[in-house]
Amino acid sequence: MLLALAATALVALALLSDLIVPRVDELWNRYKARRQRAPTWSYDPGRERRAEARARSLLRSCVNEEEWAMYRDLGFLRVWGTLADGPDDAGGTGGAPYAYLIYPHRPILAYLAQTHRLLNEYCVTFPDETRPYGSSRLPDSDDVLAKWMALTGDERRLITTANMHLPGRQLDPAQVRRDLWRLSQWERARMRQLAGGDGPAPADRQSAA
Amino acid sequence: MKPGHGEVLIAEGDVERAEDEQRLIEEFRRQLDAGLWAAVPVSGPEGKRESIMVRSFEDIPWDADRVIFFPRAAGGR
Repeated sequence: MLLALAATALVALALLSDLIVPRVDELWNRYKARRQRAPTWSYDPGRERRAEARARSLLRSCVNEEEWAMYRDLGFLRVWGTLADGPDDAGGTGGAPYAYLIYPHRPILAYLAQTHRLLNEYCVTFPDETRPYGSSRLPDSDDVLAKWMALTGDERRLITTANMHLPGRQLDPAQVRRDLWRLSQWERARMRQLAGGDGPAPADRQSAA
Repeated sequence: MKPGHGEVLIAEGDVERAEDEQRLIEEFRRQLDAGLWAAVPVSGPEGKRESIMVRSFEDIPWDADRVIFFPRAAGGR
């Protein structure tokens, strides 16, 4: 009797092994995965600062002296648009000159240079999906340089890639108009300085404010 | 360009030397295959600076001193 039961149990176990073995294997893998430590990076408070210092150095080596001074003093870059009738989805500029303001990790803003009418916001990112150090986000100055290179190298391609929104979605229009006013003041001061006039340099005025 | 690091030197060499050129071509292709964009900063007339987006090694101006690779643009929110 006992022998018959044992034999039956063995047969049943053999028949069920196809179902049991994968399940046991899966449970074992889950157990191992739970015990495995997630990769962590020791926090280095200076890493981001060093990365940003390198990024600023690279940006400085790519843009001209005026653009570098603009970014250093004002925190954004202006890039002139080159499309004959403005960005495709801006409703046409009638040939009027237009430009973009590039902020780090903020949308690119298109505006008419003479009237300062805001045209569009272009939301674009440059994510590095390999996520070194756990983040896909470039240093601020690298983000600005990537936008600058993509805009000056192939404006239409970048604008087509970006998500377009009306002004005011992310960038406060009042803040942008203040920035445009700051930019015009900065350019006047720079012109005076380059013409040999007296008065402090724009950077000194900023730091004194 | 790398998050958390900034500029990283990938490869350097003299395109006049055949073995250097081959190495640079291979590295260039590897970066583009990884999904990166490549640009060459150049100087225009009157000190104007701009960049050229390059999609093949042959597109790189002969006098370029560097090619910068950066993550491909994507629409943001």
